[in-house]
Amino acid sequence: MLKVLFHQIKEYKKDSLLTMLFAAVEVVLEIIIPLLMAGLIDKGIEAQNMNAVYRYGIFMFVIAIGTLSLGFLAGKFAAKASTGFAANLRDAMYTHIQSFSFSNIDKFSTAGLVTRLTTDINNVQQAYQMIIRMCIRAPMNLICALAMAFFINRELSLIFVGAIVFLIFALGIIMFLAMRYFNDAFPKYDDLNESVQENVVGIRVVKSFVREKFEIEKMKKASSNIYKLFVKAEGVLAFNNPSMMLAVYSCILLLSYLGAKSVVAGNLTTGELTSLFSYTMNILMSLMMLSMVFVMITMSLASARRIVEVLQEESQLVSPKNALKDVKDGSIVFDHVSFSYKHGGVPVLRDINIHIQSGETIGIIGGTGSAKSTLVNLISRLYDVDEGCVIVGGQDVRQYDLEILRSSVAVVLQKNVLFSGTILDNLRWGKEDATLSECQEACRLSCADEFISKFEDGYNTYIEQGGTNVSGGQKQRICIARALLKKPKILILDDSTSAVDTATDASIQKSFEERIPDTTKIIISQRISSVQNADRILVLDDGIINGFDTHEQLLQNNEIYKMIYDLQMKGKEEA
Amino acid sequence: MKERTLTRLLKLVFKNYGWHCLIVFLCIIGSAFATVQGTLFMQSLIDDYIMPMIGVMSPNFSGLLKALLRVGCFFGMGIVLSYGYQRIMVNVTQGFLRDLRNQLFEHMESLPIVFFDRTAHGDIMSVYTNDIDTLRQLISQSLPQLASSSITIITVFISMLTLSIPLTCLSVCLLMVMVMMSQKIGGLSGQYFVKQQQEVGKMNGYIEEMISGQKVVKVFNHEEKAIEDFRVLNDELRESSYQAHKFANVLMPVTVQIGNISYIICAIVGAILALNGYDALTIGTLVSFLTLNKNFNQPVGQISQQINAVAMAQAGAQRIFHLMDQQSEVDEGTVTLCRVEFVDGKMVETNRRTGHWAWRHPRKDGSVELVEMKGDLRLENVDFGYVDNRMVLHDVSVFASPGEKIAFVGATGAGKTTITNLINRFYDIQKGTITYDGIDIKLIKKDDLRRSLGVVLQDTHLFTGTVMDNIRYGRLDATDEECIEAARLANADVFIRHLPQGYQTMLSGDGASLSQGQRQLLAIARAAVANPPALILDEATSSIDTRTEALVQKGMDELMKGRTTFVIAHRLSTIKNSDCIMVLEQGRIIERGNHTSLMKEKGKYYQLYTGMIEMD
Repeated sequence: MLKVLFHQIKEYKKDSLLTMLFAAVEVVLEIIIPLLMAGLIDKGIEAQNMNAVYRYGIFMFVIAIGTLSLGFLAGKFAAKASTGFAANLRDAMYTHIQSFSFSNIDKFSTAGLVTRLTTDINNVQQAYQMIIRMCIRAPMNLICALAMAFFINRELSLIFVGAIVFLIFALGIIMFLAMRYFNDAFPKYDDLNESVQENVVGIRVVKSFVREKFEIEKMKKASSNIYKLFVKAEGVLAFNNPSMMLAVYSCILLLSYLGAKSVVAGNLTTGELTSLFSYTMNILMSLMMLSMVFVMITMSLASARRIVEVLQEESQLVSPKNALKDVKDGSIVFDHVSFSYKHGGVPVLRDINIHIQSGETIGIIGGTGSAKSTLVNLISRLYDVDEGCVIVGGQDVRQYDLEILRSSVAVVLQKNVLFSGTILDNLRWGKEDATLSECQEACRLSCADEFISKFEDGYNTYIEQGGTNVSGGQKQRICIARALLKKPKILILDDSTSAVDTATDASIQKSFEERIPDTTKIIISQRISSVQNADRILVLDDGIINGFDTHEQLLQNNEIYKMIYDLQMKGKEEA
Repeated sequence: MKERTLTRLLKLVFKNYGWHCLIVFLCIIGSAFATVQGTLFMQSLIDDYIMPMIGVMSPNFSGLLKALLRVGCFFGMGIVLSYGYQRIMVNVTQGFLRDLRNQLFEHMESLPIVFFDRTAHGDIMSVYTNDIDTLRQLISQSLPQLASSSITIITVFISMLTLSIPLTCLSVCLLMVMVMMSQKIGGLSGQYFVKQQQEVGKMNGYIEEMISGQKVVKVFNHEEKAIEDFRVLNDELRESSYQAHKFANVLMPVTVQIGNISYIICAIVGAILALNGYDALTIGTLVSFLTLNKNFNQPVGQISQQINAVAMAQAGAQRIFHLMDQQSEVDEGTVTLCRVEFVDGKMVETNRRTGHWAWRHPRKDGSVELVEMKGDLRLENVDFGYVDNRMVLHDVSVFASPGEKIAFVGATGAGKTTITNLINRFYDIQKGTITYDGIDIKLIKKDDLRRSLGVVLQDTHLFTGTVMDNIRYGRLDATDEECIEAARLANADVFIRHLPQGYQTMLSGDGASLSQGQRQLLAIARAAVANPPALILDEATSSIDTRTEALVQKGMDELMKGRTTFVIAHRLSTIKNSDCIMVLEQGRIIERGNHTSLMKEKGKYYQLYTGMIEMD
């Protein structure tokens, strides 16, 4: 697991190593300073030698400045390495997420991915910085102190060994227990995030139904779940410091007693005993640092696991090796296609067989939930079929490079999304380097130019997230223009003129016919008027083809179509 | 500004967890006392216990053992107290974070719609996780550390004063230098932490928006571009985070070394004084003083280690308070909705479900007037703009008598949805009046006003939970049967029964597993179960196919019976039977009347309507 993580250190390996190096030298200097202090007192002040005081003072000053510089460098490189590592992790995750299929995203949920990309990475960043600053420093301190202690008296030093063994066990148990809680705790963050997200996105519904109190109660549940698990986890970690103290205090007491015995027996001088005590303090300090690192690691391991989960998730939709780079034309074939959203679940499309010529205009009509959108989503390979195959331009869609396929198939989704940015920014999703006049041209085709040019800022009008400051119909027309800019071989409109008034709808259709005759056009709609001029109309009913023919033929032969027609015409004839 | 953020935060902590903090403080004092006892014992160990035993034939260790037992007890107490305060701090920290999240959420729910229109969703989400997380270390570690370090500083300071006043002054001066440096560097670090948190928020916003719109990203092959934009944000975040941590990391070496320099200066000055016989400073006291100087500077170094956490918390708190200080929706309404029954032809308030409602209108003189809720809604000469200088509605007047069905027709962007948003006061009008049963809606409490209006919005939003939960959202105390009944009315029952777990099927991610039309059916069921006195249907059936719509229509007619209803629809067939149809154009009502009269008028409505026929 950690291998995957540390793989992302990349160019910051150098900074990480420099941090460790500087920290190591810093430790050496830090060990010298107390010796100099002792010298200054013994040889300078107590010997009443002013020269020695100056000498030691200046020497100490130099070392202090040296330590300061090293500390500065270590801190700087630590910051650079850890923030760089975090940035690399975010980059790797986000890039990887871009290759995810929808089932991959559903698995983690949007809110979950957001937490992993920010909160979890931040935890790992903090832990990493701690590790590179302390991983050399603390053990070096510990080893130096232990070595000095052994040098003085081997038997008594065994006390320290006993204490360290005890600590390893104690900290091990604490870590094991706390980890379990932390692993459970972080998914609760996702829940919390989702709760907030839902409320922010659906605030109009919440307010309309006056459900603020209800939502607050829900939120309280989510936040108290976090509370409970974190209290458990950190409650376990609270044993960390006391067990350290237990070890150190036991050392002091044992050392006092056994040390006293040795001194009395003449095996140890009092000076040596004093030194042993001061090394106890040294060992204590380095253990303290190690335990801090250890707490950080415990907390960040759960986060690290969540990051690695994302990095190791294999996308279910990938371009094949030796993928085709060219879509010949806009012909589409569905050959015995069946599809279900969950593998082995209820099939939503069953045994679909259709042949569409390049340049044809196809209408699709059918009841709510009859899988119209699902059908067209298979063409641009947003999902893979369970059985059979979808053939575009004479080749199975799974043979194409995904990017090539999707740039040839333009879809205007039913659930239109505009992104925060100007109208022009949004349009240029279709073609990155589109000029203003190209954009205007596309907007004229989709009848969007007429209202955009009336805006004060025209094409530079700023769109809020989700496009809340334009109406539904305006949004749809911008989305159509965006798709047109791709100059696709296949254009799919998934009920994307539902909020556009009928006259505009008709003129959009007309301009399609005149201006992009070679593009295969697939139009999903509820309105007969939107599809009746199509070359052929596909009638879907509950995932099965019920009819596929011209308007006239269907009117005669297809009951469902006739029924829809009658329903829609009824009102008008009365007029 | 900075000061205020932190003080405000601490005030909040002490307000809610004052007792806890007091106990923690006492524990810290106790545990510090235990440490002092240990140090004192170690100082006296050699002189008082070991020396007397040297050379004695049969040394008696019982005195030493007794002393060890005593110190051991203090140590034990120290350990227990230290565990105690750390355990309490866990509760304080996590409890405080929980309370803060709840409080923040509660406040957020009260904010006006405009706030949500203007703020990136992910940016708001970031406050609850990333910003609140910055407080964790401050509360759990920095505060206790501050307390214990302060205790040490004070005790050492007093001991220093007894040894030498001039040297103490010198030490304090140098300490001030240390503090000033810490402030300076901490300030720099803090600046960048503020930037870091803002950029985390921005990034959160970007990721949330992009992943939510992933389908569009994919169909436009926009992955590369999305990664490119992300990299810009990522780089900015890395840079500010680097600067923030750089300064924070530098702080400790700086303070520790200033401490060492302070030691040197004191040693030299002290040596000069002592050797020249000034100030009655003996060599012995000087040596003791220097030890104290070391102990004096050490805790300051420890505190400076926490500056990192403080700077970070300050940055997080700033964003938290920014959200907390957003102006809530202003609600000066006093009129509430209540259930009534008729006793001898007079209205009396009741708790029973009578199907009759009234506005409870408290008068200035303390009396209460009950106005029967009938559903008479009037807009008179209303002007409105989302921004003050750009009006989107001009002089709109609409009169809806109880039980009438009023339809709004017009091109996209004509202002239809805006009108409905004004009735439930998502936005406030700039000019004119809106009255409900003769009462200005500004006098009605917003909650009660909204409760009286059932709404099916153009954009359907569902919540994580079962299908049943989502329908019940309309009325929380609705029974399963009532919910199913509402689903039947909305014609959603059929498809729900086809779902894997029927009404118990879990929905997540805004009902992503359902088709757009199915989501609308659920939204209608949700409004139906609410059983409100008045209804607003904004394109409620736009994604529903005609056949299903025809079936839903029956249910909708049932629902609308006897209720004042505002309908917005593109399909004119669904609104033909309205009592009054308003034709809107660029924010003005240009025609009004029923279907027959409008057709006779041969104006815009006629054109729209016959436009359809032409197209057919």
